Parts: sequence; structure tokens; C-alpha cells
Amino acid sequence: MIDPTVVDLSRLQFALTALYHFQFVPLTLGLTFILAAMETVYVITGKPIYKEMTQFWGKLFAINFAIGVATGLTMEFEFGTNWSMYSHFVGDVFGTPLAIEGLMAFFMESTFVGLMFFGWDRMSKEAHLAVTYLVALGSNLSALWILIANAFMQLPVGARFDPQTMRMQFDSFGALVFSEKAQAEFVHTSIAGFVCGAMFVIGVSGYYLLTGRHREFALRSFRVAALFGLISTLAVITLGDAAGREDYLVQPTKLAAMEGLWTTTKPPEEPWKLIAFPNDAKQKDLFDFSIGIPYVLTPLVTHTTTEAIPGVDELQMEAAARVQNGIDAVLALEQYAKTKSPNALSEFQFYEPDMGYGFLAQRFAPDQDLAKVTPSNMQEVVTRTAQAAIPNVFVEFWAFRIMVAFGFAFLVIFAFAAYYSLRNTIERQRWVLHLAMWFIPAPVLVALYGWITAENGRQPWSVFGWLPTFQAASTHSVGYMVFSLIGFAVLYTLFIGAELYLMFKYARIGPGGAEERTAPAAGPALLRPGYAAKSWE
Amino acid sequence: MEIYAVLKVIWAVLLGVLLVGLATMVGMDMGVGTLLRFVGRNDAERRTALNIIGPHWDGNQVWFILGGGAIFAAFPTLYATSFSTFYVVMILLLFSMILRPVAFEYRSKVDERRWRETWDWAFLVSGALPMVIYGAAFGNVLQGVGFHFTWDGQYYQDESFIWYLLNPFAILCGVLSLALSIQQAGAMLMIRGEEPIYGRARRAGVAAGFVAAALFVIGGVWIGFVKGFAYTGPVNPAMPATPLGGPAVAMRAGAWLDNFHAHPVLWVVPALGLIGMVGAALALAAGKPVLGWWLGACAWIGTIFTAGVAMFPFLMPSTTAPSQSLSVWNASSSAYTLGWMLVFALIFVPAVLAYTSWAFHVMGGKVKTEAVAKNDHSY
Repeated sequence: MIDPTVVDLSRLQFALTALYHFQFVPLTLGLTFILAAMETVYVITGKPIYKEMTQFWGKLFAINFAIGVATGLTMEFEFGTNWSMYSHFVGDVFGTPLAIEGLMAFFMESTFVGLMFFGWDRMSKEAHLAVTYLVALGSNLSALWILIANAFMQLPVGARFDPQTMRMQFDSFGALVFSEKAQAEFVHTSIAGFVCGAMFVIGVSGYYLLTGRHREFALRSFRVAALFGLISTLAVITLGDAAGREDYLVQPTKLAAMEGLWTTTKPPEEPWKLIAFPNDAKQKDLFDFSIGIPYVLTPLVTHTTTEAIPGVDELQMEAAARVQNGIDAVLALEQYAKTKSPNALSEFQFYEPDMGYGFLAQRFAPDQDLAKVTPSNMQEVVTRTAQAAIPNVFVEFWAFRIMVAFGFAFLVIFAFAAYYSLRNTIERQRWVLHLAMWFIPAPVLVALYGWITAENGRQPWSVFGWLPTFQAASTHSVGYMVFSLIGFAVLYTLFIGAELYLMFKYARIGPGGAEERTAPAAGPALLRPGYAAKSWE
Repeated sequence: MEIYAVLKVIWAVLLGVLLVGLATMVGMDMGVGTLLRFVGRNDAERRTALNIIGPHWDGNQVWFILGGGAIFAAFPTLYATSFSTFYVVMILLLFSMILRPVAFEYRSKVDERRWRETWDWAFLVSGALPMVIYGAAFGNVLQGVGFHFTWDGQYYQDESFIWYLLNPFAILCGVLSLALSIQQAGAMLMIRGEEPIYGRARRAGVAAGFVAAALFVIGGVWIGFVKGFAYTGPVNPAMPATPLGGPAVAMRAGAWLDNFHAHPVLWVVPALGLIGMVGAALALAAGKPVLGWWLGACAWIGTIFTAGVAMFPFLMPSTTAPSQSLSVWNASSSAYTLGWMLVFALIFVPAVLAYTSWAFHVMGGKVKTEAVAKNDHSY
């Protein structure tokens, strides 16, 4: 028997620790490339201010990086400590990209980050630049392998179930690595990190410009980041569309929840819902109220005007049709595991494609025992399983909308920031500077909403279609979970407090240490138009 | 021998190599954390000690992450079962491991006594505790752990966690591991440190080496009386990797010495460990820290491979369901996964060793207290 409380607490712990970790990752991904870009300018032009820029942003990067590394360890541990059945069931496939990530990417990033901070006076300019690029490359390769692993949970390719070892076995490295899902997730996520880095730099630079400090430094940093951010935001939105289409093709339950589709759509006039309040218990929108734009949804999702998108009603019927077969598959598998009878094996193989739905039904069977499902209670088990096959629509719908809305807001901010920065009038557009400053945390929060969209939408599965989350957890006692949850809560609260304190402290101090070294803001030479344009010379 | 069996053995050896890498490199950093308050009596000295490993701790820590990742990929059932059955200590280990990076990065960024004192205690806890747990985990695995599997491959724990926290043999292994880490830290602090850090590090490193040697000998005698595990009949090493329905296993005192009796040449492995410990202590005493560091690494190789050789092919035996004991044969990945992983390991392990050596070379030389105080990037 699996204790549902333990499963819920394990999910809570994983979600909180993953979200916490993911606050720091995007900024790392983005800042590394911005540091590399600044240092490249330094090496090419030889202007010391670019070295100063690299070092200053590098210091803020370090504060963020340390906590990102630390909390990333938690993720690697938790598969083993809290999701033992998951680790056993897919470790053969899922462990490989994680191990390669360590070998190929994380080692590189972590070894060279030490040289990046400590090696300024110990190697040539060019060698140091190479080191900085290796850190950027390492952190982004790291994201690639992690997202290849994650994509396997969303779309399990490159593996098949082996009844002898009772787990999924890896059979195509190429299919796993070149999975379209993985590629779509990787580019969308890593470039979202670039947006976080860019917003961070224009926000902090905007603060200096607003307070009239470190003017030259801030103008140059602002411009590098504004352009980088504009391009990145455009890319993220485009790639987000590709990721959404990928969901439509391989995770229809996620897509239906994202768009709040209780019923299958009617192309082409189906509206794209802007606002609705999905009620999961009743499987309809609250008050049947929604505001949408007609004729948008079908081309947006399907890239056609004729395809219907399956809604919750249709998807539940499809799930229901697979439950009975799934139960037979699991029962045959159990018999095969215990007796090694060839008949049981061939029966299992007949029903194998529906095995996941058998596991999904297990929690609704009497005593969680599928052998106790009889014709009299079958209907109830089927109904409850089919309902469970749909992720929480309210969470999915709004997480997705918040992400999209902010994505477009970033585009506007970066467009104005880049425009005024290129025209050298950014200092007069104080509203842009204010916006940039207040929006520093926004891309990070939006990345978290992206994570929620991806992972809530995967429910109820750990491995989509194969292993339900409910079955994946370790068989702990509630006491264990309370112990670790309290520990995480205490440590992580202290960490975020220390992190924010240091970030604010060092951002306030600014480049070049405590003493102000830039000329007064009113210095006439610096106000000449075209001054900042020279920064590229 | 089938190719699958060969791959399993290769990965068992590589697992040992990774555990040695972890112990040597992360252990060294942990030892510095443990010794921090001892070798550094004032803030300037402590900062110097931290900056000796400052450029490297981050890279070193990846050995730990890679160790976890490699167990996950190469021995998934071992990963799933050991991390879950040792839940409480694994979480404590995790808390220590996440405290340490933050301590490095944040300690010296605020110039206030209480802030820095707090982080210095954090270094002590996050240095000593993981090493004790690391050793104690070996100690517990050597004695077997109470768990069994149901037909679907889910593990169930059959004993309370107090048992595996508090038993004398596990504590002995934990202290041995702590002593080896202090020895390695002593060597590193001597290589890059000047007086007074140099002298204090030498005293600690020499003492730790002798303590480790004594504990290793006691543990070696003790293990002869611990109930070991052995297959009772013929075993097919290329069997499908599942702990269910495997061959019978017997528990018998002294079974962990069977491999040594069958192949006396294997006594070289514990001998290497012992020579490493004593040799490192003597080298440090004689003021030859680089030699001491490498002998310390030999001590780790000898210790970890002694445990591995004694247990082979077992990885984590079960006291409550011995036939479901996890071994190299039944807990590994598929041949396909082991093969691909081997390709990546053959390319990237040498690469990692090369650029890690380069990083140590670039940052070589004595770390001076004045330079630490001046440099903006110092810890």
C-alpha cells in the first residue's frame, strides 16, 4: 500500500526544492553569456572599463551561482531519496543524461568558474576569455542534458519496457538526445535564461542611471544587455510557440489543460480564451464565463485552420477505454513476475501499450490491489482513473497565461530599452529605467511559471503514459518527510535571506568598490550625444 | 565471459574510481572546513586557508555530483534503494553539501564578526558531518541493510533508521573517513600555506594519518567477525539486472574475507591503504606535503577498494531478504546503457583530469595572507 500523504509530501518537497533551485538557474545561464560578451569587447578593444564590467557583473553572478550549485544537488539526490520507484523504473535511461551532464558540462563549468574568479592575474587575457566562454558553454550544456532528461519524462522515447527486469530499458541514444521535445524545451528554457540575465543587467544599470552613479559603466552595460534581451525575448516567444505545438502533438492532456478546453474544439472559429476560471471539480468554467478571441486558437496551436484539438471530455473517454486493458496488463505482468509463465508474458505483451493506465488505476482499486477490481466496481475505477488522467486545469491555464503575458511585456520593455539606448536618450526616459528596475525579478518568476506549466501539465504521470507519479514515490513514513521538509524550509529561508542581502549590498556598492569613481553625472563631456555609441569602437 | 558481464565489472571498477575521486578531492575540501577553526586562529588566517582551496572546491564538488549521477545511470536499483533506505542520513548529507557552497561564497562578503563566525561553524559541520556519514554508509553496507522488494521492483525498508545511525562498526568507518579527509586537507594546506597555517596543518595531518591507520587495522580485524554475504550456488554474471528471483545468498561470519582467501594477491589492496596512511603521515612530518598528498590519495584508493574487493560482487546486501541483495550482477543498467556510459567516461574522465590538473597548475604557489586581503575576488 502506498500512503497518499507520503506521495503528496514528496511531491510538495520536490516541487518546492525544484522551484527554489530554478530561481537561480536562469540567471546563471543568461549572465554567463553576458559576461563572455563583455569580456570579448574588453579583449578586442583593450578598454579597461569592459574588464571592470566583467568583474562587477561577475561578482553578482558568483553570489547567484553558489546558491544555484548548492540547491541543484538537492535535485540529484531527491530522485533517489524520494522517488525510488521512479529511479528504478527509468534509471537505465534517465540516469544516463544526468551522468553525462556531470561529466561533460558541470565539471567544465565548475572547474573553470574558479579560474574565472581567481585567475585574472594568472593567465593571458585571451586564456581568461576562453575560460569565461567555457563557463558559459558548460552551464548551457548542463541545461541541455538536464532538459534531455526532463523531456524523457514528458515524451519517453528511446526506451522500451522490459518485463524481465521490470523497468524501462534504454534502446536508442539518438532518439533520446535528438527528441524534438528535448530540443524544443532546451532552446526555450536556456534562452529564457538569457532574458533573465539581460533584465537583471538593465535593471541594475537602470538603478545606477536613475541615481546618477557609475554613468559610463551603466550606459554600456545597459546597451549590451538591452540588445541581448530584445533578441532573446523574440527567440523565446517564437520557440515557446514551437514548444506549445510539441505539447499538442505528444501531450494532448497538457495542451487541453493549458487552453482550458473542456470540450473538443470546433475549428476554425474556436476562440483563444484570454480569461476564464476553470473549475476542475465540475469540469467547466466558473459561471460558464470566458473571454476569448475567436478564430485564434486553431491556427495558433495546430498551425492549420481545420484540425480539431481534443478537449478534456474526449481525452477522458480515450483514457477510460484503456483502463480495462491496462489492468489486465498489470495483472499479467504480476503473474509473469511471480511464475515466469510464458502464457502470462504473451498476455502482458498483448495489453502492454495500456500498462500505464493499469498502474494509474491501482490507487483507485480496493486496497490498491488490482486483483480486487470486479465487474461490479470496475465502472467506478474506470471513471476515477479517467478523471485522474487530466492535470489540474486551473493551475495549468493560469500558469501558462501569466507566462505568456509577461513574455510580451518583456518584449515591450526591451524594445524601448534598446531603441532609446541606441539613440543615446535612455537617461531621459526615466520610466523605462524604472520599469527595468522593478522588472528584475519578473523573468525569474515567469521561468517558474514555465516550469509549473511543463510539470503540472505532465501530471498524473512521472513518465508520461508509463509510470504515474503516485507509484513513483519512495515508501517512506510521514515522519521522514516532515523531518526533511522542515529542514529544507529552514535552510532555504536562511539562504534566500542571505542571497538577497548580499545581492542588494553589492548592487548598491556598485562597480569599483565602495568609493565612487565615475565622474559626476553632470560632467559636460559625458552628455554629448553620440558618446555611448563610441563604446563599440 | 559475456560482454554484458564484462561491462558490469568495468562499471563496478569505475564506480570505485569515482568514489575515490570524490573522497580525495571533496574529502580534502571537507577536511579544510573541519580544520578551519584549528588552523586559522584569526580572520586573516582563516581566509587564507579558505582561499587555498577557493579556486578548486567548486570543481571538486562535481566529483560528488558525478558519483551520484554515475550510480544512478550504471546501478539504478542501487541508487534507488540506498538513497531511500538511508533517507535521514542522506538528507543530513545533502543539507551539509548545500550549506558548504553558500558558506564559501558568502562568508567573507560581509565584514562582521558574528556573520563570519557563524559561517565558520557552518564549515565545521558541513565538513565533518558528510565525511562521517560517507564512511558510516560504507560501514552499514558492509553489515547489510534491512530491505526487500515487491514484485514490481518497489523497495520496502525493514528496520528503523536509528540502527543504521548508531552502530559501533559504522561509527568506526565514519571516523576513519573523517581522519583521511583531515590528512588530505593537512597536506593541501601545507602545500599552499605558510606559517603558522603550515605548522598547524602538519600537526593535524600527521595525527590524522596515524589515527586512520589504527582504525583501518581495527576495522580489518573486526570485519573478519562481521557477518558477510556469499552466493551459495553458481551465478550467471550476465543475468538480467533484477533483484527479484535471483540465486540464493548465505550470511556467514568472515564471508567478506572469502575473496582474499581465494586470491591472496588481493591483500595488496589493503596493504596499499595502510602504506598510504602511514607513509602520508611520515611524509607530512618530514615536510614533504606533495608526496604526502599523493600517499593520502593511495590511502583512499586502498580503503575504498578494500571494501569493494571484500564485498564483490555485492554492492548492498540485504539482511532481511538476502537473495534480494544488490550486487554488481543484478543492480546494474542494461548493456546498452553501460556501453554508452563507458564511451562518455573514456572521453571525458581524461579530459576532466587534464583540465583539473591545469587549474591546479595555474593556481599553484603559496597563498599569501596579504594577497588574500587585497584581492577583490577572495573568499
